[in-house]
Amino acid sequence: MKRHTIFGRGALRALAAIGLAGALLLSGCGGAAQQGQADSGSGKTERQEANELTVGIAQDLDESLDPHYSVAAGTREIMFNVFEGLLKPTPDGQLAPAIAAEAPTVSEDGLTYTFKVRKGVKFHNGQEVTADDVVWSIERCWKPADADAPLVAGLAAVQEVEKVDDETVKITLSAPNNEFLACMTLAILPMDYADQATQPVGTGPYKFVSRVAQDNAVFERFEDYWGEPASIGKVTFKIMEKAESLVLGLQSGALDVVMHLSSTQTSQLSQDEFNIEQDTMKLVQALYLNNAEAPLNDVRVRQALCYAVDKQGVIDLAFDGYGSPLGSSMYPSFSKYFDESLVDYYPHDVAKAKELLKEAGYPDGFDLEITVPSNYQPHVDAATVIAEQLKEAGINATLKKVEWATWLDEVYSGRKFQATVIGLESKDMTARALLERFQSEKSGNFINYSNSEYDELYAQAIASGDDAEQTAIYKQMLQNLTENAANVYIQDLADLVAVRKGLTGLTFYPLYVLDISKLAWEQ
Amino acid sequence: MKSAAKRAGLCIVTMLIVSFLAYAAFALISGDPAQTLLGTDATPERLEQMRHQLGLDQPFMVRYLKWLLGFFTGDLGISYSYRQTVWSLIAPKIEVTLCMALISFVVIVAISIPAGILAAQRSNGKSGLLSTGLIQLGMAVPPFFTGILVSWGCGIVMKWFTPGDFPGLHSAKAATALRHLFFAAVCIAIPRIAMTVRMLRSTVIGEMNRSYVRTAISRGNDRRGVFLRHVLKNSLVPTVTFLAQTMAEIVGGSIVVEQVFGIPGIGRLLVASISNRDYPVVQALVVIMAFWVVLAGTAADLINQRIDPRLRLGGGE
Repeated sequence: MKRHTIFGRGALRALAAIGLAGALLLSGCGGAAQQGQADSGSGKTERQEANELTVGIAQDLDESLDPHYSVAAGTREIMFNVFEGLLKPTPDGQLAPAIAAEAPTVSEDGLTYTFKVRKGVKFHNGQEVTADDVVWSIERCWKPADADAPLVAGLAAVQEVEKVDDETVKITLSAPNNEFLACMTLAILPMDYADQATQPVGTGPYKFVSRVAQDNAVFERFEDYWGEPASIGKVTFKIMEKAESLVLGLQSGALDVVMHLSSTQTSQLSQDEFNIEQDTMKLVQALYLNNAEAPLNDVRVRQALCYAVDKQGVIDLAFDGYGSPLGSSMYPSFSKYFDESLVDYYPHDVAKAKELLKEAGYPDGFDLEITVPSNYQPHVDAATVIAEQLKEAGINATLKKVEWATWLDEVYSGRKFQATVIGLESKDMTARALLERFQSEKSGNFINYSNSEYDELYAQAIASGDDAEQTAIYKQMLQNLTENAANVYIQDLADLVAVRKGLTGLTFYPLYVLDISKLAWEQ
Repeated sequence: MKSAAKRAGLCIVTMLIVSFLAYAAFALISGDPAQTLLGTDATPERLEQMRHQLGLDQPFMVRYLKWLLGFFTGDLGISYSYRQTVWSLIAPKIEVTLCMALISFVVIVAISIPAGILAAQRSNGKSGLLSTGLIQLGMAVPPFFTGILVSWGCGIVMKWFTPGDFPGLHSAKAATALRHLFFAAVCIAIPRIAMTVRMLRSTVIGEMNRSYVRTAISRGNDRRGVFLRHVLKNSLVPTVTFLAQTMAEIVGGSIVVEQVFGIPGIGRLLVASISNRDYPVVQALVVIMAFWVVLAGTAADLINQRIDPRLRLGGGE
């Protein structure tokens, strides 16, 4: 049978021509793209020549860029380069004077701190920092116009903030407090500047230039910076929600630095092009348990869960062995408080777990629903492994993946959950930031932990004026959390950072921050 | 004239229903915008205050009617997550997505119509098997995966574009931006091309087997003439309707592809706004997309009436 050939040869030829033209167009474009990328002669990228940098970040910035009101860890992480306080954290976990000219003088009774304001520090808008700005900024956090409690919990100890003269500020406390200084890293802002939320102005080594929602944020080096100036002139943060896109962006040359990668992702990158640096996330990842909900209100059941979960197994299976196991609400980089002995307080022991469950009246186990925020892959992965491990001990664990907004609403505020896997971080370099939430009446105590001994210890720690004593009490609190199996502690996640070869100076802090002022292209 | 008024009225009613459903959906699902904005820092007092600030303490119907009033007076409100007017937030993104959708549409039409006709011509034997296989493959592979494959193959290996570096349509590198959009558009287009080809192929084959075609050919008309004048014309009506539907679906397909290619369009914004419970932005986008769908349907009807005047009488097939 003859084929119906309606398209004659001519038509087919025309089609072929169109295809060919398309191919030519593409290859023509291709040439242009290649030119745009790397200058093959010197081996340097265009950005390197221009002394610019592009960093890939996985989430957009907060709605408000005002440092006193921004919430997301990812926003604070990069705005660290824009704002400074009287004091500034250093990579080794100390506090160094920044807007303060020197460390403050403290009165004999430990109640009065006197700060000298450094001369010649300028805001990004050109104004010089005065004592008035300092007093205004601290008061804004201490007695905010729109809330009853201070924005920074540690400021509750403050009794008075006063300007002594144009370059001296005196702060008086109601009781001695060792952790007060850590609060003095709060950002100093120009007094009465109204556009902080959209066009933030600080004193840091980089100034904020612009942001485009869901696309990018641009910083530029602040030329009048009081300290050691940054090396790189312009830094663009590109927002890409998909981890795959971040990896592709690194491979294509669009990005130079990406933080918080997983080992699977870094293994896709060429070692000739990238250095992979390893740090920890400074998060306490755990299976957080609702201590008020049966059967988890029974300490034996919670302990059984601790015995049933093999944290090293979770790290090996879901994280390729990268991660530091934890035993309480403290991570190893806070070496002052971290207690190594708590890590193995509950060794993996399924028989013991079953025994405890039997004692508690659950010889056949029970149903446990683990709620996880689906946007955080590491938590979903960990929860998946944990659920499998719990099955061995006869606990029928199921996963419930929810959106972040739902997690905040149902789990965090509503406390309507049995168990959840999440990571909790510390905003400043104090143990208090990690431990205060577990007081019985605290609003952030989403696990409903209620232990009178713990509450008492916390009160003692806050009241203590002696650093060694305070540290000892904090350690007791950590012990208390472990012994009562408040949560099933897992790990502090490994933080893998991909850095393009030729870029030096990546510095880690015991906080969740990226310091771009120390980065530089090799000449 | 009368039918135009009727169409416009129908369009407004559709958008009203869609906007109300979207608003109602948010009232039903869990998640509170104030809570999402304040995160784990939220204290009951600050939550209360934020709710008041955003107007969330008002009853549902009051909020909806206020929004509706604002919409008709050209005020889309202010985004919760970005503190800028919704219009200034979405306008540049609409431009990007629209541009990508148009490129995608052109690619679909340019490839699927000739390919569909060709596939119908050679529906037997090896070439028939080949086209069936390609169609199945094209429809089965999700755009997300094609996106990664294209980014890797055309971006990293061939260096035809730079994944992750979308310069923006108004920058000095507008040509680079368009090229970037082209590759993303192709990924959206592939499954739609496959579907259109399959649809066109079966329609043309069905039409070819009808008795009027056999009669026409047996009366000595040449095949080519019969095909062009009758078969093709009759096959075009369902194809145009299908393509209009495709036009609407492209915008949906852009959601995934924009994320893979790092393109700042409305698809990505919609996803983020839903998870941030940024109602004003979601409302605006949903209504705009509904308008887009209605518009595509109307365009299809008008084109079909040109092709087949019988449809103009309101009867049709």
